[in-house]
Amino acid sequence: MVNLSAEEKDHVTSLWGKVDVEKVGGEALGRLLVVYPWTQRFFDSFGDLSSPSAVMGNAKVKAHGKKVLSAFSEGLAHLENLKGTFAKLSELHCDKLHVDPQNFTLLGNVLVVVLAEHFGKEFTPQVQAAYQKVVAGVANALAHKYH
Amino acid sequence: MSLTKTERAIIVSMWGKIATQADTIGTETLERLFLSYPQTKTYFPHFDLHAGSAQLRAHGSKVVAAVGDAVKSIDNIAGALAKLSELHAYILRVDPVNFKLLSHCLLVTVAARFPADFTAEAHAAWDKFMSVVSSVLTEKYR
Repeated sequence: MVNLSAEEKDHVTSLWGKVDVEKVGGEALGRLLVVYPWTQRFFDSFGDLSSPSAVMGNAKVKAHGKKVLSAFSEGLAHLENLKGTFAKLSELHCDKLHVDPQNFTLLGNVLVVVLAEHFGKEFTPQVQAAYQKVVAGVANALAHKYH
Repeated sequence: MSLTKTERAIIVSMWGKIATQADTIGTETLERLFLSYPQTKTYFPHFDLHAGSAQLRAHGSKVVAAVGDAVKSIDNIAGALAKLSELHAYILRVDPVNFKLLSHCLLVTVAARFPADFTAEAHAAWDKFMSVVSSVLTEKYR
């Protein structure tokens, strides 16, 4: 569960309404792989990840980024029950994908940077603070079923 | 971890633009830090942290100036920040986790103000650079 005030919820939903989930998803996942190259360990089957331009232009990265951000989008519709919403995905990431939960934090922060880049001034310190709570909540929910 | 030639070139060239807004960037970075990570305020009980406070502005300038010093001596960041490193180790003793938080907020501020320049490659270079700066500042902790 995330503790957002009514004002923070407002900041989150009104900005998210303007987000192109496909574009931002691809951008965020791409940047994760460029800025933290060790995260590429999960994507051996993705083909050419040899340079920033190769990563950012990679079709599989874009497609997977869209998938990931669509799931995140789902979460935004259920902020009062993130653990429930992400329970199945949490099990998947632990049992099948074997992803260190630290990676959820890394991706969350990269997403925040991408939102800042897209929205500029509109991504005020207050809006950022609301989003930091959301990405932390999602990361937490995704790690919740780990054992 | 050391910066490649390309990374250094990116940092130095972007700094030219960043320096023109140094003071407001410093203030905005700190505002973002204190709002997103309220626990960081525990290091400033003696400050007025309200938006627009003179202390916030002065401290923001100081922080960005120090980053600028690191940029100007990008081939020897440890040398440039030696005194600051001692200050953080022996006097300030800010927990190391906070350097990541401040670095993140600086990157968010720069991304918001210079979206065209803040490509994936630039993002990587800045994240790495701030990581080096943070390493230098915590080097003498124990």
